[in-house]
Formats: sequence, C-alpha cells, structure tokens
Amino acid sequence: MVHKLPSVDVVLVGFGWTGAIMAQELTEEGLEVLALERGSWRDTGTDFAPSFIQDELRYRYHGHLFEETAQETLTFRNTPDQTALPMRRLGSFLPGTGVGGSILHWNGQAWRFLPYDFQIRSQTVARYGNAAVSQDMMLQDWGITYDELEPYYMRWEELCGIAGQAGNVNGQKQPGGNPFEGPRSKPYPTPPMKQTYGPTLFGQAAASLGLHPFPCPSGNMSQAYTNPLGVTLAPCTYCGFCEKFGCGNYSKASAQTTILPVLMRKKNFTVRTESEVTRVNVDAFGKHATGVTYVDAQGNEFEQPADLVIVCAYATHNVHLLMSSGIGKIYDPSTGQGTLGKNYCYQLTPSVDLFFDDKLLNPFVGAGALGVIVDDWNGDNFDHTSLGFIHGGYIAGYMTTGRPIETELLPEGTPKWGAKWKKAFVENYLKSMSVSLMGAVMPDKSNHLDLDPTYRDVYGRPLMRMTYDFKQNELKMQDFAMGKMVEIAHAMKPREIKKSARGPRYDIEPYQSTHNTGGAIMGASPADSVINRYLQHWDVPNLFVVGASAFPHNSGYNPTGTVSALALWAADAIRRQYLKHPGPLVHA
Amino acid sequence: MTRRRGLVPVAGAAALGAVFVTLGSFAHAQIGDFARQERGRYLVAAGDCAACHTADDGKPFAGDRPIETPFGTIYSANITPDPETGIGAWTEEQFYRAMHEGLAADGRRLYPAFPYPWFTKVTRQDVDDIRAYLRTVAPVRAKPRDNEFIWPLNHRFAMAAWNGLFFTPGEFQPGKDKSAEWNRGAYLVEGLGHCGACHTPKNVFGSSKTSDAFQGAEVQNWFAPNLTGDKRTGLGSWSEEDIVALLKTGHNARTTAYGPMGAVVKDSTSKLTDQDLQAIATFLKSLPAFTPNSAGDADQKMLSAGKAIYGDDCAACHQLGGEGVERVFPSLRGDAVVQSEEPLSMLRLILNGGHAAATPKNPNDKTMPSFGWKLSDEQVAALATYVRNAWGNRAAPVTAETVRKLRSSTDSVTGAY
Repeated sequence: MVHKLPSVDVVLVGFGWTGAIMAQELTEEGLEVLALERGSWRDTGTDFAPSFIQDELRYRYHGHLFEETAQETLTFRNTPDQTALPMRRLGSFLPGTGVGGSILHWNGQAWRFLPYDFQIRSQTVARYGNAAVSQDMMLQDWGITYDELEPYYMRWEELCGIAGQAGNVNGQKQPGGNPFEGPRSKPYPTPPMKQTYGPTLFGQAAASLGLHPFPCPSGNMSQAYTNPLGVTLAPCTYCGFCEKFGCGNYSKASAQTTILPVLMRKKNFTVRTESEVTRVNVDAFGKHATGVTYVDAQGNEFEQPADLVIVCAYATHNVHLLMSSGIGKIYDPSTGQGTLGKNYCYQLTPSVDLFFDDKLLNPFVGAGALGVIVDDWNGDNFDHTSLGFIHGGYIAGYMTTGRPIETELLPEGTPKWGAKWKKAFVENYLKSMSVSLMGAVMPDKSNHLDLDPTYRDVYGRPLMRMTYDFKQNELKMQDFAMGKMVEIAHAMKPREIKKSARGPRYDIEPYQSTHNTGGAIMGASPADSVINRYLQHWDVPNLFVVGASAFPHNSGYNPTGTVSALALWAADAIRRQYLKHPGPLVHA
Repeated sequence: MTRRRGLVPVAGAAALGAVFVTLGSFAHAQIGDFARQERGRYLVAAGDCAACHTADDGKPFAGDRPIETPFGTIYSANITPDPETGIGAWTEEQFYRAMHEGLAADGRRLYPAFPYPWFTKVTRQDVDDIRAYLRTVAPVRAKPRDNEFIWPLNHRFAMAAWNGLFFTPGEFQPGKDKSAEWNRGAYLVEGLGHCGACHTPKNVFGSSKTSDAFQGAEVQNWFAPNLTGDKRTGLGSWSEEDIVALLKTGHNARTTAYGPMGAVVKDSTSKLTDQDLQAIATFLKSLPAFTPNSAGDADQKMLSAGKAIYGDDCAACHQLGGEGVERVFPSLRGDAVVQSEEPLSMLRLILNGGHAAATPKNPNDKTMPSFGWKLSDEQVAALATYVRNAWGNRAAPVTAETVRKLRSSTDSVTGAY
C-alpha cells in the first residue's frame, strides 16, 4: 500500500551538500521545498562533538559517518569480460549518508577546475591534433565555460570561507598564488592556512626546481569567518581529524557549518530523514516527473508528488536512481548506444613517502587541506607533445593528519608486525611525510556504470554495477608524474624515499579517494550527455540531476568546488529562467 | 474606547494575511482594533507570556506547561479565548484585575508563579491591548492539569497572607529626575519583562527580595546572573551595545545566551524594537553595583588539575587564554556567568551541554557539547574552579558535591559518546 502525500513545489532526493545548496537557493524564491534523506539528522554538538570526534576506530574503521553496505552497495569488475561481485565492505571510496552527506567528512581541499577542463576536447584537439585523443577516450566538452562558472565558484568560496592565496585576479598574476589557475573575480575570502614544517620543506624544494608552489586552498578555516548568510565558522585547531570525520570545532566548511543554521529556520523548508527514495516517477510519456516514491525506516512506502524533482544524492546514487527509475537509456559499451552510465571516472593518487633522520615534521599538527601544491603538471599547464597522455594532476606536500592508526609511513622492507615494525614506527612517525598526486582520469569507452544482472538491494532493485580500470592515459601520466614527485622528494633531502604507485589494475579495496564522477553527465547535446548545461535532464525538463555525476571527465583536482559551483549555477538557472518558463532551458 | 467582541481577527505570521472568524453573535470589529492587537502582540512578546503559557509542542497560549517551584509544580493557565477553559469569558476589568492584583475572574487568588507582582506595574492601556491580542489567538478547549502544591499552599487563602506580606499593587511611577529612556527601560524591566522573577533572589516564602533587586539568583538549577554594575559577576564591564546585542540577537562580542535566557531571547527580547532594548540597557547600566562576597582560596592541586583538563577539553574552542573567538565561541575570561556567586549555569553547560540562542539576526545555534559522560564530579569541580580563577577571573572554588547534586537533578542536552 503506497500512501500518496500532498504535493510540494520541489522535492530533493538526498540532503547532503548539494541538497543543502539547492534547498537554500530555492526556498529564497518562496518555493515549498522538501528534502528526503535516507540517513539520520546530524548536528555538530550531538554527533561529532570535539569531546569524542577524535576517535579513529569509531569513525575511520567502523565507518560511523559512511553508508552501510548492508543497506546499499554496488557490484564491481575491472573489465566487461569479468563477472562483477558485490562490495560487502567499503574500500576505495567512502560515500556518506545522513544530513550533510559526504562533505561532512571531506578534507577541505577546495579547488576550482581549470578553464581547459570545460573545453577539454576542443582545446586538446586544437593544440595537439585529433590523434591526441585516442579512439576509446570518450573525451567531450562540458557545454559550459570556466568564465560562465566563475561567479558560482566565487559564491561557493564565499559561502564556505575558503582560505587561500589567489594566483590570478581578473587576469593579474598574484605573487605566492597558483599562476596556472583560471582568472578569479576576487581573492579568496580568507588568507591561507599557516604551513607547518613538512609542507614548507616541500615548497622550498619545488621552488628550487623552478616550480611554482602555493598553499592549498582550504575549507579548514585560517581564521574566524562569517559567511554571507551570517553563519560563523571558527579558526581551525590543526587537530588533523578532517577526512572521514565531522569537525567538532565548526572549523570545516560543510552543510552544517555554512547553510543549515539559516535553512532550518525557514518555514517553507522541510527535511524528512530516514526516507530513502527508491524511484523518480514519470508520466506515461516519460517526459514529465510527477514526484518520487520513498520508503521510511518502518518500511512504509510513500508517493511524494512534486512539480520539480532534483536528484542530489551521492554521484553514484544519482546514476543508480535514474537507472532504477527507467529514465534515459543505459549506456552499452559494446554498441556505444545510450548515455546513462557512461564517462564514469575516478582519481589516480600515487605518492612518494619521505623519511628523514634530522627533521621533526610533527604530523599530529595537521589539517585536511594543510599543504603546499605545485600545479605545473596539471591540466594543459605544460606541453604534452609526444608524452602519450593528456591532462595531469597537482602534486602536493600535504600534512593532513598524524592519526595514529592510519598514519603508517614505513620505509621499504619494514615487516608488517612485531618488534621491528614497532621500532620502525616509533623511529619514523615524527620524521616522515608523503608527496602525492591528485591525478586526472579521462573517460574510457569501457569504464561505465549500469545495472547488475544478478545482485539486488534491500528494496529488490538491481544493484549498480561498476566497470572500471586504469587505462593507458592514466598509467603513462602516473609514470610521468612519479618522475616529477621523486625529483621534488629528493630535493627535500630525505634519508630515503618509497614510491607507491597505483595500478596497473584499479584495486577497489584500499582507500584512495571518494571522488567518483560521471555517469549522468552534462553536455551540449542529448546524443552524448544525460543532462544539459544547466544540469536539467534532456528528456524530463522538470528533473535536475546535481552532483559529480555531471562531470564528463575527472580533473586533476578534488571535485567539491566544481560540484558546488555547478549546483549554484543550476539553482540560479532554475530561479532566473526555469520558474518563469518551466520547460527545457536548452533546445536540442 | 470601544469594546470589541464577535469578529476577531486571527493574526497569522503575516499581518496582512489575517483571517476573520466569527466566535460570537454580537458586536463588530472596529477600525483601530488591528493596531491595538498588534500593539498587544508586541507587549505579549515583551512579557514573554508564551514562555509559561505555551507548553513544549503545545498549542499557543493553551497553558498546561509545568512550572517547578520550591513549593510544588504549577501548571500554567490556558489564556486562549476559549470561554470555558480559557479566558474568553473574562471581561476587560477581570483581566486587568488578574494582571494588577493577582485575582482570577472568580476572585480566587492566583499564585505568584504568575508574575503579577511585576505585572501590577503595567499600565491599563497596555493590559487592555494585551487582552485585545490574546482574544485573536486560536481558542483551545483544554483544561490544564491541577497544581501539585505542598500544604498549606494548596489552599489559595494562604495567598491572601502572602499578598499581605509581600505584595503592593500599583502601576509604574516614572522617576521624575530620570530620562524618558530610563523610565521606559525601568517600566519594561520591572514590569512586563519581569526580569527580576529570575534575576532577583527570593526569600524563603518565594517572594523577591526587593532590597536585593537584580543581584542574581538560583532558578531551577540555573543561576540567573547579577544584572547590577559589578564588574566581575554583573554587567559592569558590559557596554550598552553589548546588552542590546545580546537581547536582540542572542550573541554579542563576548558571549552567547544559553539555557533559559536563550529561550527568553528567542521568544521575547529578539522581538523588541531597538529603542526599547536601548531603554532596557540604559536602565540596567544604572543599577548600582552589588559585589557578592564569594571568592575563596582555591586549592593549588585542584587548579593544576583543572588547568590540564581545560587544555585538553576546552581550549580548542575557548582558547588557552580563555578569550574565546569573537562572534563564535564565548569568552570565559572576565565572564559574569563563569564568576557567578553560584556556579550552577557554568556547571550545567559543562555537564549537559547546550544550544546557543538562534535568532533571525543571528542564526548561529552553536552547541556546547556535553562533558558529563566524560568527566567525573571531581574533574568538573577542578575544571570549573580553574576557569573561575584563571586569567584574572576570581570566584569561589567549586566542590565535587555541588557537581554531584547538579548532575543527579539535570539531564544532558547534547550527545554523549
């Protein structure tokens, strides 16, 4: 028995970061907005207070803030000729659940993509010719330019109080910032964080090699900040419990620390927790969304009608929900037909560990976005002629954390346990750090998402199946970047280094990053994308799909900044255009 | 002045959206009623009537909220216009007698949990306007529970004696040598605002000691701080702007309203005009300093233990020097609540946590986490003693016994591990 509920203006599927942005923006128009969130309510003082948040076992290893695979998971295989198996424990990526979603447990590395990213195919072809893009690389422009998105990047940075040093303000190069960044309309709202010894050494070494080091833009606050909504954030304490943890000190930008205090007061906003949307409903012609169906914690099923449906769950869940709802044609790599599920990308994160004899780096003083970066080998910031790959990634000297269980940098040849392991741990804990790459991943014909033929979730829906492997572009880029990282590492003069490359096959078990992108991508044409440049579904104009699922490829940066800017951009299009003339905002 | 009955506008959140409903068959709405009702709405906010007359999750002004007193539990009255269970049948004169003399419509004496010893100072015009507004709220037919009083207070005649001893009816008389602003502030603070109901100590009969006005008092296991000009425990080091900002937004540069005062800010003072808040500040800043004689020597071992706990558990937000973070985390250095004669409010926040008052002007509902699950009575006592005596603070040491008693009689507000 499905209970049909009274209609609302807007229903949001998921109440994480993009859900909070969409709710805040659309309630400003006076719309009645309802968010349906599968997880529970969460607030700082109750759920991740500073009196108990620094608990690695509970949060990192028991996954207190992450989704539970017993409730929802996916199946995985590297290549289409394999049989996918279900992931029964989280591994390579850690999607969140509950109010605030995954941004609750991000590190705070707060990046914009490069102008190159949004026009990647046309600019790559223009510079290197058609041959630079292999036949299997499904590279495409995004249907939007950096200049169009810039005001929304700026709004995001101001909403979150991002701490950083600008490198390019309105075309004027700024000393100490990233000289390769796209022009920004204003400097960062707050000054960069104070660097500790490790990142400082990295910056000095990089500069000595002629590179251009600058402080990582940070969602961990360098000072107290009041955002344009009047919500205050506190200075970061450098405790190093950011990624995989909520911040107990109101020092890390999240839905809870930037939007919810204002949003939750609004009478035209409601969030219904423990309500998992199982389907987006469409009319008989498949051209109009009528609302959603959801299941509450007691297993009761409800139909929630709405004039506007916004899917803003985690990237992979956005794709899965469209697939389970039968909206759009699922991509088939053998025929190239269909758009839903294609261009699934990830992130490539090799590193070099450094061990010093004479330098105390004190990793227990850390923060998620504490670090010095070089962007010289990212995007198209360097000449790729005859390198055999495109794009790249930023190289970082981060000091994100010294959490005692997880921080285990040990030299080559150290045993895994026993007295020698203990001795090596004690000797190296204070004197080691990593240099790492945030490597871009290009879309490949065979990397995709679809529905699993065998395994089903608790609601009886087929699980989503992920087919993913690192391809030649990634592996060649990794070899190139490893050379650069080793060069910087040696210039830091450690006793020894240890190279940790990824691949050659993608392994879904060890944690790498929660940077899953694509599958319901944006683009200029319905022939090769699921949603238009405003994140509006090509076939169903009153359905918007917001999140990293919209990325046609993944850049050499963390995705949160671009996810946020796109959400603000889509919200603005709804406010300024769609509400006046409900219907397609782009005519195919 | 015309009498209003019959057509009663129910003023919603949006004044222009008022809906008209017929309650009786006689009389008509008159021009000017709306302005009076709106004036009454403002005064009802100034008097924070909802604080007692609206129960948690209850209908507005339907009463039945339990109010704990040292003499037993009182359940607040239904003051909606329902004629049988509310005050719909009360005449204007009867309503004024309740406010002015503490007498119900049938002549019974009301208990002074209803703050008529303060409301007696309210002008007839204001009382009539309050009634005009209360007649617009949705009538609720619901009889509040019976009071649970200890003998002999369960007999209302006892109140006659009480009134004889402690109560003098009389409207506010402006001080002739005082400014209009000061007089307005005094009228609000000593009348409708009934600030002294919490901030003035009571005698053993539950009557406020007028000689000790606004010197701070224990209320339901909180300590309503000293509002006089004492620099450590009162408002001596506060500017008038500090007072206005706290009352208007729940926050100022030095601190944040938590607990019952947070509720007062949310439901009452945040709705007052800047002019009235300024008047309140002017009046409060004129109160002569009362300095409690509470400082005593703290044990050095206790201070060392407290300092260590502070560094581990408190400094991340309140900073090692106790200065807090302006606009984000309250300063403990020089703070009146920290140095209060009785440390109850501070101990409650440490034990149970609390949510800062969020208001339209300042939505920040920052949370003080609970440490009661983590720290023993001895540890809390040491911590509180340290904070009360660090960075130039000075106040009497706190005993583990005080912490134990408070812990056993209050509940945690925020989460534990």
